[in-house]
Order: sequence, then C-alpha cells, then structure tokens
Amino acid sequence: MKILYFAHFREKTNVAEEDVELPAGLTDVNSLIDWLASRDDGFADAFRDRDHIRVAVNQEHVEFDTLIEGATEVAFFPPMTGG
Amino acid sequence: MSVRVQLEDFDAGAEIAKISATNTNVGGVCSFVGLVREFDEGSAITAMTLEHYPGMTEKQLAKIEAEAHERWPLEDSLIIHRYGRMEPGEQIVLVVTASAHRKAAFEACEFLIDWLKTQAPFWKSEETPDGAKWVDAKAADDEAADKWKK
Repeated sequence: MKILYFAHFREKTNVAEEDVELPAGLTDVNSLIDWLASRDDGFADAFRDRDHIRVAVNQEHVEFDTLIEGATEVAFFPPMTGG
Repeated sequence: MSVRVQLEDFDAGAEIAKISATNTNVGGVCSFVGLVREFDEGSAITAMTLEHYPGMTEKQLAKIEAEAHERWPLEDSLIIHRYGRMEPGEQIVLVVTASAHRKAAFEACEFLIDWLKTQAPFWKSEETPDGAKWVDAKAADDEAADKWKK
C-alpha cells in the first residue's frame, strides 16, 4: 500500500511517500493511524491530535472507520486551506 | 465546464471573454479571484506556498463543479487554482460561472469558492518574520461551506 503525507504530516514524519507492508490485523483507518503513531516520535507527534487529521483512501476523502483492505493509496493531511 | 490546477498565473479577463464568446445563451457571467494578502490575522506575510495532492485535487474540483451544475442551471463554468510560491497581490484562484440569468451565476460562484476552500486538498504555508507556518483551517470557512449542505 502506498501512503502519502502532506503539509505538516510530511514535515513531522520526514516522509512524503512510502510503500508499506501492513501488519496483520489492521482493518480500518483508525488501526492504521494507531500503527503509524507507534513507529517513532515524529509519527507519534504527527498523529497525536485526531481532530486535525484528514484522510483519503484511493483519493476519496473518508472517515476513520473506513476499511482499508484492498486500498492502493492512503493519504494523510490536515484540514484543507485552499482558495 | 473545466478545471485547471497550475503553477503559472492566469488572465481572468481573457478566461471570462472566452466563456462569453463561445455560448450565446449566456446572459451573465460571475467571477471570483482570490489573492494573496499581505497580512493574515495581524502577521505580515512575505510569501505563501500552496501545496496540493496531485490527482485528488483535480478529482475533487471536478466533483465540486459537477455539483454546482446539478444545483443551478449553468451554461458554463471554470475553476483555475494555482499551487507553488506566490507573493502578496498575486492571484491564487479563479472561479467563473455563466448562466442565462444572474441569480444562478452569483449563487453557484459563491458555492464553488466556499466548497473548494474546505474540500479541495490544498494547504497554505505562509512566510512570516517568525518563519514559515502552516495556515490553520478557519471555522468561518467551515461555516460558509456548511450553509450549502443539503
């Protein structure tokens, strides 16, 4: 699965994009966030405040209870500030 | 009906002229141009960098545009959104809506800018005297978008 990080998620994790093998047992976005947050201090910091996490699965904005099985691309970013 | 996400600046007048020249059913064209401000919440800004999610951005903008065409009888529309580094006074975004009568054009234009601010994956980073900082999403922008929810 490809995971993308934008804005302060990229800066805090020091990763823009990566291909990961998910450990068994990860079912939805919530469990993916828990797993990512446990990787190191940068990831823990990026994923600390869930109210400010937005996620897209296969480029569709989704909620945290969305299942990720079969997803090819997941992206994490803060609330959008375009316009 | 089209969406463009680009690094380079745009000519709003030329874009509007193109839309009005190609469709004689158009009775009114409404446009909005968003610019980089020199001050945001009291702090001076020397430049702003817009990051986006290539692929998803275009899809989201097209989706928002299609929604506007479902809600209002539009003859045409255009969204141009820039990314990259811009200085105060530079144009960031252009929304153009064209319809037979003005009401649809005005409302759809406001809807498009309100929705794209909270639903298109762009993030602004401002260069200030204290360094670069990510712009926080504003509650007022969420409220503006919420008023269009059905």
